[in-house]
Amino acid sequence: MRYLPLTEADRRSMLAAIRASTVDDLFRDVPKAARLSGPIEGLPNHMGELEVERSLSAMAGRNLPAGSVPSFLGAGSYRHHIPATVDHLVQRGEFLTAYTPYQPEVSQGTLQVLFEFQTQVSLLTGMDVANASMYDGATACAEAVMMANRVTRRKKAILSGGLHPHYRDTTTTDARFIGFETVVMPAAPTGGEDLLSQVDGDTSCVVVQNPDVFGHVRDYTELGKACQAKGVLLIVVVTEAVSLGLLTPPGEMGADIVAAEGQSLGNALNFGGPYVGLFAVKEKLVRQMPGRLCGQTVDADGRRGFVLTLSTREQHIRREKATSNICTNAGLCALAFSIHLSLLGEEGFTQLARLNHAKAVQLADKLGAVKGVEIVNDSFFNEFTVKLPKPAAEVVERLAERRILAGVPASRLFAGELEDLLIVAATETNTESDMDAFAKALAEVLS
Amino acid sequence: MSMNNQGRPTDIRSASNSAVPDTVTGNRGLQIEEPLIFEQDASGRCGVDLPEMPAVASRLGAVKPRAKVGLPGLAEPQVVRHYTRLSQKNYAIDSGLYPLGSCTMKHNPRLNEKMARLPGFSDVHPLQPESTVQGALELMAELGRWLTTLTGMAAVTLAPAAGAHGEMCGIMAIRSAHEAKGDTGRTKILVPESAHGTNPATAAACGYSVEAIPATEDGRVDLEALKAKLGPDVAGLMLTNPNTCGLFERDIITIAEAVHAAGAYFYCDGANFNAIVGRVRPADLGIDVMHINLHKTFSTPHGGGGPGSGPVVFAESLAPFVPVPYVVQEKDGSFRLVEQAGDGPAFGRMKAFHGQMGMFVRALSYMMSHGADGLRQVANDAVLNANYVLASLKDVMTPSFDGPCMHECLFDDRFLKGTGVTTLDIAKALIDEGFHPMTMYFPLVVHGALLIEPTETESKAGLDQFVTALRALAERAKSGDAEYFQAAPRLTPRRRLDETAAARKPVLRWTPEAAVEKVAAE
Repeated sequence: MRYLPLTEADRRSMLAAIRASTVDDLFRDVPKAARLSGPIEGLPNHMGELEVERSLSAMAGRNLPAGSVPSFLGAGSYRHHIPATVDHLVQRGEFLTAYTPYQPEVSQGTLQVLFEFQTQVSLLTGMDVANASMYDGATACAEAVMMANRVTRRKKAILSGGLHPHYRDTTTTDARFIGFETVVMPAAPTGGEDLLSQVDGDTSCVVVQNPDVFGHVRDYTELGKACQAKGVLLIVVVTEAVSLGLLTPPGEMGADIVAAEGQSLGNALNFGGPYVGLFAVKEKLVRQMPGRLCGQTVDADGRRGFVLTLSTREQHIRREKATSNICTNAGLCALAFSIHLSLLGEEGFTQLARLNHAKAVQLADKLGAVKGVEIVNDSFFNEFTVKLPKPAAEVVERLAERRILAGVPASRLFAGELEDLLIVAATETNTESDMDAFAKALAEVLS
Repeated sequence: MSMNNQGRPTDIRSASNSAVPDTVTGNRGLQIEEPLIFEQDASGRCGVDLPEMPAVASRLGAVKPRAKVGLPGLAEPQVVRHYTRLSQKNYAIDSGLYPLGSCTMKHNPRLNEKMARLPGFSDVHPLQPESTVQGALELMAELGRWLTTLTGMAAVTLAPAAGAHGEMCGIMAIRSAHEAKGDTGRTKILVPESAHGTNPATAAACGYSVEAIPATEDGRVDLEALKAKLGPDVAGLMLTNPNTCGLFERDIITIAEAVHAAGAYFYCDGANFNAIVGRVRPADLGIDVMHINLHKTFSTPHGGGGPGSGPVVFAESLAPFVPVPYVVQEKDGSFRLVEQAGDGPAFGRMKAFHGQMGMFVRALSYMMSHGADGLRQVANDAVLNANYVLASLKDVMTPSFDGPCMHECLFDDRFLKGTGVTTLDIAKALIDEGFHPMTMYFPLVVHGALLIEPTETESKAGLDQFVTALRALAERAKSGDAEYFQAAPRLTPRRRLDETAAARKPVLRWTPEAAVEKVAAE
């Protein structure tokens, strides 16, 4: 077994050193009834690299990689080009195989990365402070609501109909078990919604998304002001981090908390995970924040260094009084995000955002010219919704047969509702010929 | 000092006596000082070349494009050097032993990394039509089959993103089951004093009050105290087994029976599953629900703090409540993803999409590599290694409990009494010897705990070196050399850091203003 260094001779001499005759003696506290006498039944025995690789490659071969065909899926997960440098650096063993940096003297690498990551997220979102990341955007959203409940000592969240349904459901699951109220607004793929009329004296927060799940670009500045006047926190969700290179950042719209998905930068599609949740707040809310935080300090020789800090909020210190039960962050995905953003820099990041928008405009023009197809959006960033004369799920299946991944049927997210709507995204990875192939195949399928 | 004609000292002692000189750059050989990425900015510089921009009219609506983000500009070589230098300031399992108790820092096979990067897994969108992701769904089903077989359980969810998230899932299932029976009077969760902090935090987050169960003299749950607390107001027990003292709960079957007799459910924290994988099936111990840390037992990398993955297995008693999404196999052999909870007892989603797929691939690759026989050997060697360390140190340090341990061994700080040296000091001195410290001050049930988990992927020679270092430190502490310990570590990129100052006036990001102030001050 290639991962086990002990030889039979080692095992014998070690057993002798501990005065045990067999290794079974060490398991003597296990109740006899529960001891297995040999390898568990129903599973194969060990395999070499070659066999494992053959078997898993065959499984991988039964999937259609998005990059092998024209692909236009988004809805919370976006296919961007990741520079080769990102994965090379992420795979350095000193990053990949390090533990959480609780011992700062031997973790300055990870800690400085987190400090830089927190700064990058603060800059992107236009907020004062960010944490060292969350599991993903959806759990960040749910944690933001719980944080708003703590801050305001109120227990009702208003969730926009433009919020990604997975984010909505993650939040309502917590609401059910943790015990707070949610008002879920109906999906509004075309028009706006009156969130303020839902706000009352019990309301802790209003949760909106920008661009929303249908791709509309919104300005929440007025909503932010109205919320502030009522002592209600404005939570802005962003599922496409690249949009922050072009759109007004949530901080400038008066957001109190930003909960975002950072997958778009540095992280592959990975069939939905692992991703990286971004979480940023106004300065005055820092001590109510969930998750790990890295802070700057000095060492015994007075040199700048970094440590995990404000850990008195966290479960390993506070136990049942912690602000959250969260222990892990998405360290390595945050590293990938940070490296990609460092490569892009100011010029690359803002250009990438402009390019994504331009690609989407180009695609909207082409799809809008297909007979029977209607572009629903007045505004969008790199994703928009089209109305089809046939059920979108059916159209998507037919296009998949033609090796085109057309987008996400709204009905998949909204439990069978909005059957005729298709959510379509374009990024820098889509060429004009991809778009032409999509428009042509769509016209054929609809005719 | 005498030198040979190449300028090298001829006497090893005179070489080691030479003090580390101050350098002009602040660098010390391979240890290179690295400024923040923001301090290396040059306007207009960029590390990527993007495709050409199509000429189109903006459709952003009324929103004005953003003026500035404030990111620094660097070229690719600078970025590569920045992160390479930072990486060199980290300890890692690739470079040495990580004896962190209850964390299971084992070798991370690179085959797993290669498999997770196959385009058929990494380049697949979570919302592609099911017909185009049959292999991905098959992988999830196969991982589920391994986990349920290894635990003897009836059902599994792969959705939770980490161990604590899995705990949340398990407690939600317990709550669902009580609610389904109309039993709403259960307001308490019992948690032993030795539990991980996440256990009480999870129970409290789910609205339960937490009652601590004391430990006996021999480090196990006090069965009588537990029985006394069980009643119609208890929803469940959260227990780690083997527990965080590294001991197997001998009375576990009796405990399970008592919990069930009281109408409550038995949650097991599976953080220490590595000790028993392939040797004991948790279902056979009477456990109703347990999370599994793929990043511990099944070797997915810790990545400096994540991402984790915390699948949860359920016995028949709780199987109906498994949350969405989950994979089912149809009669024709195809796989389908159930994404909506509908009206059934299953509860709703816990995160976006379907779980930490990248971690599923790595964990399955690990399991297939070991097989049923290899996994059993994993538990054997993990337990053997821990007992070897315990036996090799017990005469110079103070083991907290008698008898063999499981996969980790626990010492307390009685051996340091009167020396002026603390558990923390020992740990920091161990850093200078080239080892990551053990888990310190946890579990809370012994004073000044030192919890050591070597895992099965350490060689005997590696353990011998660790033992030699720790024995020498223990003896040095007893000989009255407290100052040596209090000044440690000396050989790291940074020495002890002022954590109090960091928390008192938190500086949580770089700001251009701070940079300006620094220049002004200089």
